[in-house]
Amino acid sequence: MSLATETRPLTRREWLLSDRPQSRLQARLGRAYMTWRRFSANRLAVVGLLILLGLCFVAAFADLLAPHSPVIGNLAGARLLPPGSEGYLLGTDDQGRDILSRLIHGSRLTLAVVVLVAIIAAPVGLIVGAVAGYAGGWIDAILMRVTDIFLAFPKLVLALAFVAALGPGIENAVIAIAITSWPPYARIARAETLTVRNSDYIAAVRLMGASPARIVFRHVVPMCMSSLIVRVTLDMAGIILTAAGLGFLGLGAQPPLPEWGAMIASGRRFILDQWWVATMPGIAILIVSLGFNLLGDGLRDALDPRESGQ
Amino acid sequence: MSALLTVEDLRVRFPTRTGVVEAVRGVSFTLGRERLGIVGESGSGKSQTGRAVMGLTPAHAQVTAKRLAFDGIDLLSAPPKLRRDLRGKRIAMILQDPKYSLNPVMSIGKQIVETLQRHEKVGRAEARKRALDMLAAVQIRDPARVFDLYPHEVSGGMGQRAMIAMMLVAGPELLIADEPTSALDVTVQLEVLSILDKLVAERGMGLIFVSHDLRLVSSFCDRVLVMYAGRIVEEIAASELSNAKHPYTQGLLNCMPVIGADRHPLPVLDRKPEWAL
Amino acid sequence: MSMSDTVRMSGRRRARSRKAIAAVLQFLVVVATTYLGLLAVTFFIGRVIPIDPVLAVLGDRAPQHVVERTREAMGLNLPLYQQFFIYCQQALSGDFGTSVLTTNPVMTDIRRVFPATIELATLGTVIGALIGVPLGVLAAVKRGSIADQIVRVIGLVGYSVPIFWLALLALLVFYARLRWVAYPGRIDIVYEYTFSPITGFYLVDALWQRQWDVFRDVFRHIILPASLLGYFSLAYISRMTRSFMLNELQQEYIVAARAKGLSEARIIWAHALRNAAVPLVTVIALSYAGLLEGSVLTETVFAWPGLGLYITNSLQNADMNAVLGGTIIIGSVFIGINLLSDLLYRTLDPRTRAR
Ligand SMILES: Nc1ncnc2c1ncn2[C@@H]1O[C@H](COP(=O)(O)OP(=O)(O)O)[C@@H](O)[C@H]1O
Ligand SMILES: [Mg+2]
Repeated sequence: MSLATETRPLTRREWLLSDRPQSRLQARLGRAYMTWRRFSANRLAVVGLLILLGLCFVAAFADLLAPHSPVIGNLAGARLLPPGSEGYLLGTDDQGRDILSRLIHGSRLTLAVVVLVAIIAAPVGLIVGAVAGYAGGWIDAILMRVTDIFLAFPKLVLALAFVAALGPGIENAVIAIAITSWPPYARIARAETLTVRNSDYIAAVRLMGASPARIVFRHVVPMCMSSLIVRVTLDMAGIILTAAGLGFLGLGAQPPLPEWGAMIASGRRFILDQWWVATMPGIAILIVSLGFNLLGDGLRDALDPRESGQ
Repeated sequence: MSALLTVEDLRVRFPTRTGVVEAVRGVSFTLGRERLGIVGESGSGKSQTGRAVMGLTPAHAQVTAKRLAFDGIDLLSAPPKLRRDLRGKRIAMILQDPKYSLNPVMSIGKQIVETLQRHEKVGRAEARKRALDMLAAVQIRDPARVFDLYPHEVSGGMGQRAMIAMMLVAGPELLIADEPTSALDVTVQLEVLSILDKLVAERGMGLIFVSHDLRLVSSFCDRVLVMYAGRIVEEIAASELSNAKHPYTQGLLNCMPVIGADRHPLPVLDRKPEWAL
Repeated sequence: MSMSDTVRMSGRRRARSRKAIAAVLQFLVVVATTYLGLLAVTFFIGRVIPIDPVLAVLGDRAPQHVVERTREAMGLNLPLYQQFFIYCQQALSGDFGTSVLTTNPVMTDIRRVFPATIELATLGTVIGALIGVPLGVLAAVKRGSIADQIVRVIGLVGYSVPIFWLALLALLVFYARLRWVAYPGRIDIVYEYTFSPITGFYLVDALWQRQWDVFRDVFRHIILPASLLGYFSLAYISRMTRSFMLNELQQEYIVAARAKGLSEARIIWAHALRNAAVPLVTVIALSYAGLLEGSVLTETVFAWPGLGLYITNSLQNADMNAVLGGTIIIGSVFIGINLLSDLLYRTLDPRTRAR
């Protein structure tokens, strides 16, 4: 590094964009910088990112941000107050609880569901797909048949049935959603693996005596990551909607947890006269899943310009 | 010979994010009922010249010319409807690769009939008959069978004949053939060329034959335009080609292998920036 | 054609028919294994996960002798693989047990409620395709324009909005405030007893019997939920249409079609869209399947007496037989739709058409 031929010190940008990176780190940072520039040129994608950063922020500091308790309401003096009431920006529900505070605390549940499902489903799909693609033969045939079978199922209905058997609750909702959402990841991982498997550099690694496990985990899996990340991000919106749907049907988070779908369900009775009770949580869901969709679109365009149809 | 096509100072520009790309930069020529070849390396603007005459330049590009006239009709000021009426009826174009230039989900016969019905009031039976005749004219032996086939079911040579049939069925006066044989096997190239040759001669069409193969063009055409970087660097009668003055033309000529000649060292096409000026 | 040509042709034809048979066989294997997988998963959900499947099936209020009899009938004292075998046999003969809630055989219940769901999802898909495809075409043709942006936003919101919530708001606005549509349900009580449906598809039945006032009423009931479902399939269909059309419009055959002098309208609708239709069929089929599933959430809001409402009611009453029966039926329809779209794909694309 110190032997760099340039005498003039490089600006940080030039260093990043150098077409002769002098370390792996520089190459990697340079690539990341290029991706970031493509991504940030897409205004909607940045909006999506900001929404999600906002969600994380709200979830992290919910205790500080929420003006009231999310579970204990003022039954005596503050039932079903309309938005804009003194001290209750978004109004209150039938138990006198501040809707804004419940939404703020509910962001934690939403975030938890999304993260947990992604943590469970993505690695499962990744491993199934990578192993199937790398091993080939009958292992591939069987794994992909199983994947296709799961793909052919009605996801929501299956998740419902799972929760019905496991019993309602947010943990079981997470498990049920995860069980039904891994197959697309397996397909993507397999497709990527197949293109990587026959490449020369994998052949070189194999010649050097790397074990199949090492090849799969050190070389194949990283190549699948970017398309997987895009797909997972885009799926997050669907996961949120499914979780909210389960909550709405009373199968997800149980009261008094401030889960947004369940909040809509409990506001349903008052929809005609106190419209805000059911409306506010719906807006929250809409904004967050819109955020994931915008971010996912932007990531796809930035990471995989082929797919974007630009 | 009255001019069928007059092109004067034709320019085609593509605005892109990194600036304006000038694909064609002031091309001029006139064409009667004769065969004009356009040669040049890939990217020299041959196709864009042909497409500008057809009116098939991409929407975001700008086409300008001092004069671009077909049979006295000023093409650039002609309303879109008139240009559409000309296309296929009086000016036609053959594209490079039948694998991509034929609609994969429409039978060959239908695609030929479609051209006919667009430009003439013909009944179904009459249209079918003329399409079959046209297929026979491009020397397809079993026209009735090929009529019902889909593009993927025929070979490249057969597909290109179908393409020629589709474009010539309405009897155009000017044909632009954009590398019509480049995508074909060498063995069928000559067949397709001879079919094209015969039809052009029989029907007295004007022909613009675009190719990167100088020798082919010189044997097929009366006159040759040599293009480089969007400009015509030399215009020359095909018979005079061996006396070409421009070094780029000579370079193109020298790229052609001659049987029996010593090939060492392999000549490399020379490109000087001043030719592009 | 010469003699040898003929021989070669017939040989090729034989090879082709052998290929076709192999394709059909493969097809059958796929269907069979998918169905088996569906049964295995529902078996797992219904018989393996619950600590006491009998309790799951009967609820905890059933008398002891009923519990014993059911345990026997379900074969719960047998090894698991035999239980699965029995389960498959029963499911394949349409026997999903009895619903605790309605005391009817589950299959009887499903037969009663399913037409309502099919009618709703079909109308929804028709609305979604009729609007979504032109929107997608418009967005592709006018790429980058305001119209394209609007279509994009419509689609994005459709992907992001919770369907049950939008349904509630729609009811609030179009029923409670504006009175444009009828209240939740499928038909007015007035007609409930005078109208005798034949097919179970009320719109068709009313039309068939020329009961115009009934038709009007049924229409006023179905239009809001169907439009909502239509919006969701529109979001998906328009987005995919746009991307398929963009792809087709870049192809060389489009240039050739222009060179023939065809009008833009003909190029777009007869050439590009005809090619885009090949993958679009799959998309529309998938969105139809998605609506069948989405009915679970919509039907509760609209009190629509279909399979979705049946499943959710059963869920809330821990009526496992009904839930699993409904799941299997929807799963079967999914498999059927996948098959159908595959077949349609083949007929639309001459390149895959078996001749
Ligand atoms: N859509 C486009 N956008 C920008 N530039 C283009 C476009 N199409 C063609 N060009 C430019 O026009 C030049 C000439 O292209 P073309 O006429 O196709 O060359 P050729 O002589 O190989 O047929 C190319 O160098 C290319 O850079
Ligand atoms: Mg070209």
